[in-house]
Order: sequence, then C-alpha cells, then structure tokens
Amino acid sequence: MLRLIGKRLLGAVPSVIGVLVVTFLLTRALPGDPAAFFAGPAATPQAIEEVRKSLGLDKSLPEQFVVYLKDLARGDLGNSVATGQPVTTEIRTRLPASLELTLYGLLVSVLIAVPLGVLAATRPGSWIDHTCRVLTTAGVSLPAFFTGLLLVYLLYYRLGWAPAPLGRLDIFFSAPPHVTGFYTVDALLAGDVATFRAASAQLLLPVTALAIFTLAPLARMTRAAMLEVLGSDFIRTARASGLPKGKIVYGYAFRNAMLPVVTTLGMVFSFLLGANVLVEKVFSWPGIGTFAIEALIASDYAPIQGFVLTMALLYVALNLAIDILYIVIDPRVGFES
Amino acid sequence: MSLLSMQRRVFLLASSAMIAAATLLPAPAQAQSRQETLLVLVENGPNNLDIHGVGTSFRSYVAAWNMYDRLVTFGRKTLPDGTLSYDYSKIEPELAESYSVAPDGASITFKLRKNAKFHDGAPVTAKDVKWSYDRAVSVGGFPTFQMAAGSLTKPEQFVVVDDHTFRVDLPKRDKLSLPDMAVVVPAIYNSELAKKHATEKDPWAMEWMKTNSAGGGAFKLDKWTPGQEITFNRNDDWKSGPLPKIKRVIIREVPSPGNRRALMERGDADISVDMPQKDSSEILAEKGSGKYIVVGVPIENSLKYIGLVTTQKPFDNVKVRQAVAHAVPYEQIYKSAIYGRGIPMALGPADAPKDASWPQPFPYKTDLAKAKQLLTEAGYPDGFETTISIDLGDATASEPEAVLLQESLAKIGIKTTIEKIPGANFRNAMLQKNRPIHIASFGGWLNFPDYYFFWGYHGQNAVFNTMAYKDPKMDALIDASRYETDPAKYQQQVMGFIKLAIDEAPRIPLYQQILDVGMQKNIKGYTYWFHRQLDFRQIEKL
Repeated sequence: MLRLIGKRLLGAVPSVIGVLVVTFLLTRALPGDPAAFFAGPAATPQAIEEVRKSLGLDKSLPEQFVVYLKDLARGDLGNSVATGQPVTTEIRTRLPASLELTLYGLLVSVLIAVPLGVLAATRPGSWIDHTCRVLTTAGVSLPAFFTGLLLVYLLYYRLGWAPAPLGRLDIFFSAPPHVTGFYTVDALLAGDVATFRAASAQLLLPVTALAIFTLAPLARMTRAAMLEVLGSDFIRTARASGLPKGKIVYGYAFRNAMLPVVTTLGMVFSFLLGANVLVEKVFSWPGIGTFAIEALIASDYAPIQGFVLTMALLYVALNLAIDILYIVIDPRVGFES
Repeated sequence: MSLLSMQRRVFLLASSAMIAAATLLPAPAQAQSRQETLLVLVENGPNNLDIHGVGTSFRSYVAAWNMYDRLVTFGRKTLPDGTLSYDYSKIEPELAESYSVAPDGASITFKLRKNAKFHDGAPVTAKDVKWSYDRAVSVGGFPTFQMAAGSLTKPEQFVVVDDHTFRVDLPKRDKLSLPDMAVVVPAIYNSELAKKHATEKDPWAMEWMKTNSAGGGAFKLDKWTPGQEITFNRNDDWKSGPLPKIKRVIIREVPSPGNRRALMERGDADISVDMPQKDSSEILAEKGSGKYIVVGVPIENSLKYIGLVTTQKPFDNVKVRQAVAHAVPYEQIYKSAIYGRGIPMALGPADAPKDASWPQPFPYKTDLAKAKQLLTEAGYPDGFETTISIDLGDATASEPEAVLLQESLAKIGIKTTIEKIPGANFRNAMLQKNRPIHIASFGGWLNFPDYYFFWGYHGQNAVFNTMAYKDPKMDALIDASRYETDPAKYQQQVMGFIKLAIDEAPRIPLYQQILDVGMQKNIKGYTYWFHRQLDFRQIEKL
C-alpha cells in the first residue's frame, strides 16, 4: 500500500511541473494588459509603465519564470493585485470555504443518491424507481445556481425560514478560531454551539442546491451499476445457493457496484470544486472559484497560477484517495498493480 | 475520520441545520447593536485600504474617505428634490481649522487643529501633513497624477512652518489647487506609525498600508476580510467635525443583484450601493410605497458617450461623424437600455450652447434622412462596415445600447459587428485608440467643464480622449480657460469649446449617469459625494 502511494506521488511530479509551465505560459498569453488595468482610470502611459515595472512585467518571459519558480520554492505564490493580498493567504482562507460547501453538498447527495439508486435497481419499475428517474432528470436539468436562486426566493425571501444569503456566517457572528478552516468543525472544536448553528444555517441552502445538482449522476450511476451486477453470474449463483436477499444485495452486489460509483464521485467532486462559482456568487460565498474567475477577468496572473497549482495538487490527492478506496473496496485492484 | 462517523456527523449537521434555520431568531442583545450598526451591501468591496496604492479600485475610496481626514473638505447643499449633495463651490476646514490664500494666490497656509489625534493617540502635526503630501506626489501613478491636477507636483512645495502651521507653495494661482486638496487622495497619514513599517525597498510603507490604516478619521478600521466584508467602528475621539451618529459600519459583498434586492426588501440590510438600473427604476416607480427607497443623484461632470476615432477612415471625415450623431436612437436608448435612469444629453435646443453649464444636452436628434444625406455627401452613399466596442464590465447598459445603435446604423447602410471587451482589457483597448466606434464613459472628480475637456477632448491625447481627437482651436480654448480669472471671458471660452464639440462630433454624448443608492426608509442624511461612495459621518438611523 505504501509503495503504491509513493509510486503514485512520484508519478504526479511530471504532471505538476507541466501544470506550472503551461499555466505560466497561458496566463501570459491572455489578451489584455494587467498594467493598464491596474494603473486605474486616470493613468498616463508613464504611470502604466511604472505599474508594469512594479509588477515585474517589464522583464523577459524566461526571467519572469525564474522569479516565479524562486518565489514558489519559498512557498510564495505572489500577490493578487485585485484584492491586494498574498495569494497563499487568499487560498488558505478561500479553499476551506469551497471545500466545506462542496464536501457537505456531496455527502448529503451521496446519502440520498446511493440508497435511492440501490432501491431503484432492486425494484425496477416500482414507484421508487420512477421517483429516482424524476429526481435525477430534475437535478440534471436544473443548474445549481438556479436551484440556489429558487431556494433563496422561497425559503429566505418568501418564507423567511432560511438566514440571509450573506456568506458563511450571519453578520453578528465572528469566525471561530482557525483550525481546519471549516467553520462548522472549528466552532465545535471551540465548543461554540451558537456559531456552529449559525454556520450550519448558512450552509443549508447552498448545500441543498449542490446536493440536488450532484444527485443525478450519482443516483443514476448507482442504479446502472447495481442493475448490471445484479444481472451477473455470481449473483445468480448466490441466489441459486439460497443466500439471504440482504446478503446478496448489500454484501455482494453493492460492494461490486461501488467501483464505478466511486469513480463518478471523484469526477463530480473535482468538477464541483471549480464549477460551483455560480453557487458561490448566489450565496456570497467567499470561495476559491469566485476568486479564480475574478482574477481571470482582471488578468491578475499570480492568483490564476496559484489557483491552477492548488487545483492540480488537489486532483493528485483526490486521485490517490480514489485509488486507495478502490483497493479497500476491491482487493483485486491492489494485486493487479 | 472513518466514513461512518463522517456520515453520522452529516446526519447531525443536516438535522441540526434544519432546526437552526427554523428557529434562528435574532437575540435581544443583537437587536440593540443592530440599531447602531449600518449594514451596507456592495457588489465588490475594497482591494486596497491605501488610496496611494498601486491598482486601488474606486470601491476602496469608501475606506480611505472615512478612515482618513484631509486638510479641507467640501461643504454640503440640498438639491431641488431635497437630496443632500456635497457642494464643490464651498471649501470647509477639516483637519485644518482655518486656511488663508496669499493675495497673489501663490501660496496657501493652513492652521491645524491643536487637539486632533490619530487613531493610535499620536497628535496630528504639520510634519505628518508634509509626509503625506510628499508621499502622494512621490509614489507615482494615480495619486501623483491627481495631485498634479491641482498644481501639486514636488515635495519642495510643501513647507512645515511650525508644529501646527503648514504652507503649500504654488507656481501660480490655480483655481483647482484648493478643491484638489479636498478630494480623496491628499489624506493625512500618521507618519511616525507609517515609518515604523517602512523598509529600505518600501520607504513609503506601501505594503503595510494596503491592509492597515494609519489615519485619524471619523471611523477606525475594525476588520477587513478581502472579498467578503470590511467593518469600521466610530472614532469617539474625532475632532474634525460633529461626532457621527452611527457607531459601527459593516460593508458586505453580495455579488448577486437579486439577493441584494431580497435583503433590502426583507429589511435585513440598510443600504444597497450598486443598484442595477432596472431595479432602481422599478423601486422609484413605487414612489415610496414599497419596502425601501432609492435616492438617485446625477453624477457630476460625467457622460456616457459614443466615441468615434477621428484619426482613421471613415471617421476622420466630420460629415460621417455627424451622420452617426443623427442616426443614434436616443429615445429608445433612454427607455429600454437604461430604464430612464440617466439625464438625456442629446435632443437639446438647436442653438446650444446657450450658457457655460456642463454637461448640457447636445442638439443631436434621431433623423435618419439627414444622416443618410450627410453620409452621401461624405462619399459613402452605400455605407461601410465597422465595429462597435463595448466594455463587458458595464454590459448591463452598454450591451443594449450597442444593439440599438447597431440596428439604427444598419438603416443608413453602416454594417457593424459588436466587440465585447472584458473589463481588464477595455482600458488597454481604449489606449490603443483604434476602436472605430466605442461606447464608454468618463467623469471628472473636479466639477469644471475645462477639467472635463482637458482630459476628454484636448490634443494632449490623454487616455480619456478615446477618439484621439486633435484640434488646435479646441486646445487653445481649453488652455486659456484653465487659468482664466475673468468670469465673462471664462464663459465665452467654455461656450466656445462646447460649440466646437457639438459641430465636430468626435464624441456623441448619450446621457449623464445617475448614482442610485437604495436605502431603508429610516436612513437619513445620505449625501452624494463626487467619489460616489458613502460618507458614514452624515448618515443616521432613526
């Protein structure tokens, strides 16, 4: 197992280096002139040159790259000109916000989608199968930001049950002491129940919106995988041998059907991290997606590079986690590799 | 953490969140502080707390304005509709308790308040003022440029006479010098505090000042979380004016306009700054019967316009420019692009200008027959093809404007494609001065027509002369009016360059933009300022 992890991590090194070079070149190839943008509305050509110099953009591309690598070696991702903050600080505060939202969204979605998929597969054509179909179709066809707006309109604006969509905490609460960056976890660690409740309340709507959106691929994948496994020879053999139904479905079929579900989960997760920008916008969530998009619009190089690098590292970690999960679920995978 | 305990936690979370959401009512203790707290919603917040910083956005002015004092400030006046506005013709003392201008106008002496203190308790002295002014003219970029607009260019001009007396020497009398000391840039910094954070590479402590305040203004920085919120607490020791009524201000970033409106309608927020024109026109139509109100003030010295690049064919021909001016569907733009939230700057009297007021409506009218005739006279009977460039950052208004213009131009044979330029690149595109037709806006902080024309029409070809327009007659009139002291002559010069701008049509004014601010009905004292940001000092909650 450790050897596998080591091999995987070594294998990721070239891709991370590739990501470094490509993002560096791509950001430089973006149209537009950051110096002109950041020099402000009343800038003279001299002022723009001054800004260009202070941003280090007057140097040649290889020189800029060397400077970038040197800073990176010291753990310095540069400064975002748009927010005026070091990129590492931005990522450290924003990544947990996005992760907290995404993880809760996924977990709620898994808790609903997997049982739903299993039930639909074991009772094809029943009302539960139809419910599953309607839910997944609705989930796929409603973009998460739209569901989000709808939820805000109904539960906040009309009924007043949900708190105002003002980000991670109500304005009269302050953030719990930073441990994990997950407000719900940090608040519990600090023993602050009121803040925990406030943070959970803020999570309620965006998590629901994300869960509805991710429900569809997960439930459908579970259903399809279960149907396939239930139709396979070893299940027929198990049935013929008179094993109890629960043992067949949950002991044999479900475990074998988990592999494609886990793969889908990994894909959905990585997709969500970057793609919930619109949900973040709707709920004023200070996440990393919004940050990256705004940096892109402003041609703000350092945050874009920092964002892509962070994402690349996250993907490496995610792939590793999924590989390990494979081995846990299906020991054969471990032997083969 | 095992998967099982993770699941259990989520169950706990989901159920407790449901209960929390259903029972989340404000506690009485919070209601108390709510009354003294102002919650402001913005689309984007500050990016740098230092007005002298590199790339400090206009959203940051709110922090610089409220945390720092200036030597002088502008007075206030009541507009005909009862709205309060700053008054650019009245200069009032702020950190200086009095000032005197030398008889020849070549120097201004300020007497500082003896009891004024910075937020850390250090007294405000003339050397702090000099350090701040030196900084503004030395750091380059926008602050240096803005100081120069008032003939403030070199540290040698700023003299410490004694601890509480400060003198500014000017090369010659300049009507813009004193007003320029009341804008956001010449803020007074705590020089001792700043020097503690200066380094050899960064003698002006630019890095530290990005996220910290060294001011002595009416509000102290409480906490800034970039991209989320910034909070201020009142400075109870403030001496430069009457103590503000509001004790605490929270500015929260809410990117979705729909949510800003929902928060306002539910009464959860007090003021909403970035109002889409559609929302404000709908709320204004309720005439105060709705849940909250909108106060709109025309932005002084600012115009949304169609620019035509005069150095390239076909717009080097004045007749082609006039043809476009007569093909713009003004009425439709006012009605369907901006929902009436703008003051028309076309469709004026045929014999304009009648006076030296600015901005004033140009006499252009939509007259396609005349446009077609002008185009034929210019040698383009069959029209031509060109592009209309717009700023995506301002797409809510600019996009419908461009589409309406495109439709109308097609009727006189000018085929256009619309180029949408992302906000970051728009300024750069304008700098290149090669976008044949572009829709842009420009406003000047100092409310003088010659100031607007100096940046927008003068042959010095500043960034804002997006049309690359050059005309020696225009330049001579603008230069003469800049230092003219005889009011009658000044009026003649201003009317002269407005007339030239009308006849030559390099820039077709569409409308004067309106600054709409939404607020609850219990908010009083909101005042319009040239920097278009809130001044918390005058606001109170009843």
